[in-house]
Amino acid sequence: MAKKKKVIILGCGRVGARLARSLIEEGHEVIVIDHNADQFRRLGEHFPGKTVMGDGLDIDVLAGAGIEGADVFVAATNGDNTNVMSAQVACRRFKVCRSIVRMYDPIRAGAYREEFGINTICPTEIVSDLIQREIGEA
Amino acid sequence: MYIIIAGGGKVGYNLTKILADKGHEVTLIEKDKTRYLELSEEMGDAVLWGDACEVALLRDAGCNRANVVVAVTGDDEDNLVVCQMTKAMFIEKARTIARVNDPKNEGVFVDLGVDNTVSTTRVIDALIEEKIESEMLMPLTLLGKGNMEIIQVELSKKSKGVGKKVKELNLPDETILIAALRGEQVVVLKGDVELAADDQIIALTTKENERKLRKML
Repeated sequence: MAKKKKVIILGCGRVGARLARSLIEEGHEVIVIDHNADQFRRLGEHFPGKTVMGDGLDIDVLAGAGIEGADVFVAATNGDNTNVMSAQVACRRFKVCRSIVRMYDPIRAGAYREEFGINTICPTEIVSDLIQREIGEA
Repeated sequence: MYIIIAGGGKVGYNLTKILADKGHEVTLIEKDKTRYLELSEEMGDAVLWGDACEVALLRDAGCNRANVVVAVTGDDEDNLVVCQMTKAMFIEKARTIARVNDPKNEGVFVDLGVDNTVSTTRVIDALIEEKIESEMLMPLTLLGKGNMEIIQVELSKKSKGVGKKVKELNLPDETILIAALRGEQVVVLKGDVELAADDQIIALTTKENERKLRKML
């Protein structure tokens, strides 16, 4: 196994929860933050990682979750702006500069990737490209 | 100047009106359709419907020629993105101003390149603090090394000094009353002058005696 990493995941939706479970299986330390505690059900019954209920834009919540010293910050809420702001806060305030940010808007994702050096992943681009490829191959 | 305002709530709406009255060209961007219709009924073309975080909409708003972009929505993350997108995609020189809803974000916003932030919570807090600190007592000038100051004290009907002559007052050390602004008049405060309600008293005192003076007036 690669070196054990401490990963903070903001947003316990489908993506955040699935990622959290796989990372735990790989032996990483995982902390999941969501403002809605009901979302933690997605993690299954005996999730061994840590869950924190709170607003991921609130620096006190991030600090309380133990963001300091984390290796990676993942922002996967359904709000593009929340994701990109929290990643910048993680880097500026808590020196966690390795972050992966989900952004649905391709233009914003591109702008933050190019102008701000933020690692954005845009599902809209990826999925529509895949579909287009499928259509081409049909 | 050309000013773009993101967020058509009370702050955005009133700001648009004030700036337009001053002769600036202003565009207001509002995301909510119902609110947009209300606003455009009054302000017509000055209001655009859409999400100010979308680059396409900022382009339609003429962001490339904006002098100032103000983001005053109720969501800090949106305000931040509007300001950052403006600088990154349009003009770096544009001045960006963001409303900060959570005072904790003030420092963060400045770190992240927003030129100015306005936090309502902070402003109100500062006003309250100042009010309590001075309580009708406003320093006008600091003299010497800042120890002596000329201050202004407003007397109300309930003030203890009202109806008393200056010489009857037991003023703190190193304190003299200079003059009272009474309506249009300036009354020099010699010993026989009686203080009246609504007088604006100008006094010379030390920082230490400021509070004593306030108490006795």
